[in-house]
This record gives sequence, structure tokens and C-alpha cells, in this order.
Amino acid sequence: MATQAADFQSLSRRYTADKPFRAFIQKALSGYYRKRDENKANFQDWQGARDLAAETKYEAVNHLDKYLLEFEEKITARGAKVFWAPNAEAARDYILKVARENNVRSIIKSKTMTSEEIHLNDALEKQGFGVFESDLGEYIVQLRKEAPFHLVFPAMHLTRGQISDLFQKELGSEATDEPEKLTMIAREVMRRKYCEADMGISGTNFAVAETGMISITENEGNARLTTSLPKIHVALLGIEKVLPRLEDLSLFLPMLATAGAGQTMTCYNTMYAGPRQPGEPDGPEQMHVVLLDNRRTELLADAEQRDALGCIRCGACLNVCPIFKNVGGYSYGTTYGGPIGSVITPHLRGLKDWKHLSAASSLCGACTEACPVKIDLHHHLLQNRRNGAKAAPNAVEKFTFGGFSVMMGRPGLYRLAVGLGRIFQPLQGLVNGTILDPLKAWTGSRRFPKLAQKSFHEQWKKERGGKR
Amino acid sequence: MNGGRAIILNRIREALRNNPAPRPHTSHSQTEASAHQNGHAQREWLPKVGTTLPEQIDLFAKISEGLKTEFHRVPTAESAREVLAKLAAESGWKKIATHSHHDTDLLLEGFSLPIVRTEKGYAIDDIESCDAGVTGCEVLVAQTGGIMVSVQSAGGRALSVLPPHHVVIARTSQMVPDLTAAFDHVKRKYGKSFPSFMGFITGPSRTGDIERILVLGAHGPKRLTVLLVD
Repeated sequence: MATQAADFQSLSRRYTADKPFRAFIQKALSGYYRKRDENKANFQDWQGARDLAAETKYEAVNHLDKYLLEFEEKITARGAKVFWAPNAEAARDYILKVARENNVRSIIKSKTMTSEEIHLNDALEKQGFGVFESDLGEYIVQLRKEAPFHLVFPAMHLTRGQISDLFQKELGSEATDEPEKLTMIAREVMRRKYCEADMGISGTNFAVAETGMISITENEGNARLTTSLPKIHVALLGIEKVLPRLEDLSLFLPMLATAGAGQTMTCYNTMYAGPRQPGEPDGPEQMHVVLLDNRRTELLADAEQRDALGCIRCGACLNVCPIFKNVGGYSYGTTYGGPIGSVITPHLRGLKDWKHLSAASSLCGACTEACPVKIDLHHHLLQNRRNGAKAAPNAVEKFTFGGFSVMMGRPGLYRLAVGLGRIFQPLQGLVNGTILDPLKAWTGSRRFPKLAQKSFHEQWKKERGGKR
Repeated sequence: MNGGRAIILNRIREALRNNPAPRPHTSHSQTEASAHQNGHAQREWLPKVGTTLPEQIDLFAKISEGLKTEFHRVPTAESAREVLAKLAAESGWKKIATHSHHDTDLLLEGFSLPIVRTEKGYAIDDIESCDAGVTGCEVLVAQTGGIMVSVQSAGGRALSVLPPHHVVIARTSQMVPDLTAAFDHVKRKYGKSFPSFMGFITGPSRTGDIERILVLGAHGPKRLTVLLVD
């Protein structure tokens, strides 16, 4: 068994068994459900908005080269430098080079999942740069040396008590059980960091081809400070995030806020068109945009699942997923968790090691229904299962299903099998779910249904004497 | 220019060549056509906004309340100055930051506290140590309760986010119905030479990162005041 799959099994078993933890996650999400529904109801037609969002992303992703070139031309004309990074290493090397050439000492970051994907913090810290996450949730998980638990809510798995203990230990602050006081402790620490940092690294929610802008969505103001005060701004940008027109933001900004956090709009939605321009009073002297492929083009080449590149990383599919809610964010072992992570990770990191994630789904379709850009998530999970079986057929499954189809085509054989089943089922009952049970994988958490002593066919024959 | 550019563009073109993706399933057949014809199709689906100014101001006020934006509608610049003086006294401001702009100049006429100005450049600590930042804006957005700011209308990038209290002055003629109208406004005003920073501020800074409990003033201003002058 692949290690990734084994890790997933043992972690998900552990988290699922932790009832207080599951209750805590459920409670944290309950407020989100209420606010999301209120905001959706404010739309004249949420379904119409989803259709338009899906169409806009279809247009963008299927003409990706055109829109990326337009974006590059426009933002370059404004003095930004665009670096095309085919893989994670190229992106890391470029950012390290910019940091070294400019004698950077301290780096402040705002939330970017793309930097998690390329393990940027590790690379920067190994080279001696001080790196500080400024988003509160990210800062908390950074202090704990953990990865984010959720795409949008990185520290949702922690209680205020745990965070207070952490701040006491790492920052020497007073114990408190008030979220407000904890937030203010982080605010004070970060204030100094913003003022001292010489480089700010941000993510990007959308890039606009028409005007050569990047758009960043946030609630705390940390991304705005990260992109205002340091003399260098580096923006990481997955190649799939480009939109054709500026007006497209008037659809995507409210949809991202509604689906992602149950808000009408998040607090700060900011568009940047290059570094500080002549005559402007502040802003960075340099702006670098790192365009990251890192196997997104593999997903692009799969026409059947190409729509997954439309993902705006709102996390709505995680929030409604019965699997995510029970196994939590860490079981997946991926940068992107939940349904969208299970769909794209086999493309980004290899089908062989990550196909087990497509089985971590009840195929209920809640994710597909929640997705604001209408990615056909649960069908893509099925397709990944199919692709996985095709790429590496499982001999036992092949034999079992082959035998099953032979049997089902021959009534005599079927009757014989059922007859034998009735005789041997009591024996299976003695070992049900134990290591001796050949059906352990299935019966470990279930009882095999008892075979009827007489089949419907036999009863019909007996009662009606074979008359139709 | 780097080799990565050619590599990525080649990969994209290879991936798309003779390999069409199925169109999204949509229940509204006209969406596709309208999406490509103009950038305003979203108005059909987004939250409804009244067409008259009073309706738009009412909506902005209602949403502001939910966002905890302190919204004051005042008849004259004189009354705006009174609100500001009261805020300064109540909160014990010692020093404020602003920028030279038609509306802020009008608001701060005769203001008695020390004022730091950003338009000619500034030291970060001078702004950081201010109790409030007073700025103008591009437009107010009724649909979202948002304030659109930019380098020109808000004194740069940091003034509207660094001090703990942000005060915005706007005129009723700056009210627009929705985000689409806000984008139309900046396109008309700036043509192709956009400021390097523009954005929407929708309520005071907030976080829900600890147990999903709302806390105001995460990194940006804890308080946001909008003074709308008739």
C-alpha cells in the first residue's frame, strides 16, 4: 500500500474517532452556513450568477495563453517584472534571488496557499531570511510549525485556550480566553514587523488581463500593509487565476465573499497595477509577479476536468463536505484539502500516490452544488477513480468483478453460489471483521447482510406454482 | 525574459490544441452570449439596488450598520466638521494623518490638532503613530456598503489602513449603485493610466480566525467612519 494512502487511513481514523473535535469543527462552521445562506438569498439569482461565473472562467481558461500574455504586457508596461515559473523550484529560486540581490533581511507575508504549495517559507528560512506570516490564522499555525488546516480558515481547528497557551509560550503574553485580546496581541507584534520588513510576499486571488492588475481579497488588512510598506512586493500567481476584464471582478468579488466566508464583500478587495508610479507618495519600488505553472498545465490538458482550473479557492466545497467535516484538513496530507484538493492533487502531484483521495468521498454531490464556479467535483472524483483503475489495475478487484460478471450471466452458477453462500455465511460470521475475515476491508465497520434462506425467485415458484 | 515563459506557453498551447473542453452546463442559455458581449451581464443576478439616490443611500446605510461602519449623513461641510471635532474629542486623538484633496481640505478647515500629510512622501512611523487617517474616496458603492479608494483619492496606499481609525469624506454625488458602476467610474476617470493601487474597503478590519468569532481591528483600522455630505 502506498504510504500516502496509509497515512490518510490512519489520520482520518484518528480524527473521526475524536468526537469533541468533530463537534468543535461543526460548531465553527454553523455560523458560516447561516451567513452564507443569508447572502446567497440577497442575490437576485445565485444560480444565474454561478452560470455566468462558470462561463467567464471557461472563456479565460480555454484562452489561457492569450489572457496571460495580455496581462503580462499590461502590467510590465506599468513597471512590474513578470517571472514565468514552470515549477516550484524555479519560483523559489527567483524569489530567493530577488531577496539576495536587494539585501533583504526581513520578509512579511500575507496569506497565500500558492506559497504553501511551493514550500516557500522553508526555502527562505533555510537561506537565513526571517519570514513572518501576517494573517492571524496563518501566524498561529506558523508559530505551531503546522500547515494551514483549511484553505480559508487556517487555524479553525484550534481553541482559544490552545492559542492563548501558544502565545504565552512563544510571545510571553498573558493568558486570556478572549479572542479579541488574542487578536490584539498578534496585531501589536505584527505592527513592528510591517514597519521593519523590506519585502512583502502576497498571493493573488485574480489577475485582470484587460488592465494588467492583480486583485487580493482579505478581511484583516494585513495584505494591504504587506503590499504598501516594504520596498519590494512579490506576488505569487497561479497561471489559472487570470480573468479577461476588470468588470468580471464585480461578479467574482461578491461571489468569493459569499461562498468563502458568508460575507457580502470581504473587508478589503484591492487591485494593484504595478509598483509605486511617478508622483505617488508610497508603495513598493519594485513589484515582481511570479506566474506559477507547477503542473497546472497537466490539468489543463485533461479536457474532461479542465473546469477544475476555474477554482477560486473559496473553500465552500470543504465546508459542506461530510468527509472533510469528519476527517479534518490534516488527514489529506495535501496543500489543498477537501473535494477540490482530492480532484486536483492527483494532477498536481501524481495519480499513483494520490488516487486514494478520490475514494474519500460519498459522491453525495454537496461539493458540486456549493461550488460558485460550477466545477463538476464529484464526477471528477469518479473520473479519477476510473483513471486510477486504468493506470494500475488491482488484480484482486479485476478477478472478483470478472468472476461476478461470469456468475451473473449464468443462472445455474448464480444459484449454486447463493446456495454455497448460505452454508458458509455462518462461518464468516464467526470471524466477521477480524484478521481472518477475507472481507475485512468491508466488514471492519459493517455487518454483512444475511442471505435470505429462500430467494424471491424460489418463493414465487413455490407460492404461485410457477404461474405468471 | 526567461526560458520559463516559452516553456509554459508551449505547455498551454499543447494542452489546448484540438482538445476542447465540454461547455459548462448552464440553465440560463443567454448568459453565454451576454457574458461575451458586454461586462455588465452580472447586474441581472447580483443583489438588487434601487435606481434612485435616496434608495441607494438607504441601502448603503443599512449595509453599513451590519458591517459596523459608522455612517453619518450630514447636510453641510460645516456639520461634517462638527462630527469630526466630536470624534476627535471623544476618542482623545492627539495627531491625525491626511492628504491634500478638495474634500479633506474642506473637512479639516480650522482643525486644531497636529496634522501629518502623505502626498509628498512620509516616514512610516509618522503615520503609524497617528490616531486617525482622514481621506477622500473615489465612490461609495450602495450594493455592498463599500468605499472605493485609490492612491489619488486616499493619499496613497497606507493612509487608509495604517492608523487605527479611518475617516472618509464623500459627497452624495459620489454614490454609485454597484461595483460595475465603480469600475466604469475609474475607467472614465483614469483612462489607461490607473493608479497603482485602488480597492474597496467594506467595513472596519476584521478577523474570525479564532473559533470563527468576529473581532474588529485585526491589522487595519478598528473603526471606520463615513461622512456623507449633501
